[in-house]
Amino acid sequence: MDQIQKTLLEQVADLHEIPDGAYNIRANGAGAGRSTTANIDIVTKEDSDGIDIIIKPFTKKESVHIPVIISETGIQDLVYNDFYIGEGADVTIVAGCGIHNGGDSESRHDGIHTFHVGKNARVRYVEKHYGQGDGNGQNIMNPTTIIEVEEGGYLEMETVQIKGVDSTKRVTKARLDAEATLIIKEKIMTHGRQYAETDFTVDMDGEGCHANLISRSVAKEYSKQIFRSNIRGNNACTGHSECDAIIMDQAVVAAIPEITAAHLDASLIHEAAIGKIAGEQLTKLMTLGLSEQEAEEQIVNGFLK
Amino acid sequence: MLELKNVSFAVDNEDGRKEILKDINLTINERFVAITGPNGGGKSTLAKIIAGIYQPTSGKIYLDGEDITDFSITERARKGISFAFQQPVRFKGITVKDLLTLAAGKSLNVGEACAYLSEVGLCARDYVNREVNASLSGGELKRIEIATVLARKTKISVFDEPEAGIDLWSFGNLIAVFEKMHETLGGSILIISHQERILNIADKIVVVADGTIRAVGSKDEILPTLLQGESPCKVLTEKL
Repeated sequence: MDQIQKTLLEQVADLHEIPDGAYNIRANGAGAGRSTTANIDIVTKEDSDGIDIIIKPFTKKESVHIPVIISETGIQDLVYNDFYIGEGADVTIVAGCGIHNGGDSESRHDGIHTFHVGKNARVRYVEKHYGQGDGNGQNIMNPTTIIEVEEGGYLEMETVQIKGVDSTKRVTKARLDAEATLIIKEKIMTHGRQYAETDFTVDMDGEGCHANLISRSVAKEYSKQIFRSNIRGNNACTGHSECDAIIMDQAVVAAIPEITAAHLDASLIHEAAIGKIAGEQLTKLMTLGLSEQEAEEQIVNGFLK
Repeated sequence: MLELKNVSFAVDNEDGRKEILKDINLTINERFVAITGPNGGGKSTLAKIIAGIYQPTSGKIYLDGEDITDFSITERARKGISFAFQQPVRFKGITVKDLLTLAAGKSLNVGEACAYLSEVGLCARDYVNREVNASLSGGELKRIEIATVLARKTKISVFDEPEAGIDLWSFGNLIAVFEKMHETLGGSILIISHQERILNIADKIVVVADGTIRAVGSKDEILPTLLQGESPCKVLTEKL
């Protein structure tokens, strides 16, 4: 693994070396390393590109890393990764995609991740997107996430896209059974002429299920972002979504929330706020001795922390 | 030492030009100076002019003899002026510890953060990792605001109505905080306040009304005159 690939790996998976536990590293469209454990199996798909990750019931405190790195220009990568999380398991899954595009062709990674979260299982899923490169080629990532949470299951998904991704369209669709919980925390920062679109659909089918979508984003320069969410309360449930965005320079952010209650005891809330950094926040930090630019950085960093 | 010479401040609005401060001359050299006076008299504006949030329309401001009139908020902060807002600002994502770290200008461990928070009656364990957002009450925010000024330890510390928004229960503690603040802070403390108990601990009281300084003196000179006041509104007197 060369230095560029190591840097990408560090950015998307906080990995400095080969991780402990189960992992599958995909580099430039091909497998670059795999490890399985007694409880976690990773199997290459036969009918399409991608892997099945099978986690045995009641597997506790284990983790799976499946980073994807692209360091050649002009790679077009499409993978299907399916996760089967057994009943009562408690695991952390770290995925992520890093692209270093030093050439002039478009590099693109489209990942389609499907999660089957078993009864009473708990999953923390972390996904980071990062792009860099000195060429004119575009870095494009279009992640699709399909989530099914069975009775009493819990999935917490953290997605972060801070830099260097020119265009992204994230689609997340989830379905929740009784007493299931879904929490999604999304953080996005775009700059230059980048474009980021996110689209969440959550079907709250089971009695007593709970969903919370939290999106925080910063759009700088000429970048554009669109946030769409649709929470459908089909049973007695509680759903909440919140889109909070800071716009700077000439950026544009649109928030299009939808909540649909199809049951008397569905309690759904949406909050959205878009605006520039409040002048009084800058003033306060300047009275602590920060320059206006330093104050702005602190506010943005805190907001996306 | 902070000196204001012939400082005036005016704003233009629909009704024309409104003079908010008129030819203010003031020297702050004492340990503890309180500015008091009726609402709308120009006290907060005066404090914001000292911090650089407003620029005076005319006049000069000197800090230890240096002309700081044209200095920005940041430059004044770096020269040694701190300002506690009457209505503290909330930040999503910035924690109490982050804010204290920025104020102190160096990274703080929990023990150091505790030193400042305990001064204002907050337990560091409960607060260092809290975000300075809408989850904090007005009173908690005010205390954190005061703690950020303590962490800065500057030559001039300006507090704009620290008692506003603080409940009666906490108020007694707050007085104690200000009574011993000079030991923690050094320099000069300038407090805008309506509270007799705060005025009572001041070395000098400045009365600002209608954009001008009405009186300057020790508490023994000023307090009795404040209680008499000017001829009040007839309607109100009759109601009383």
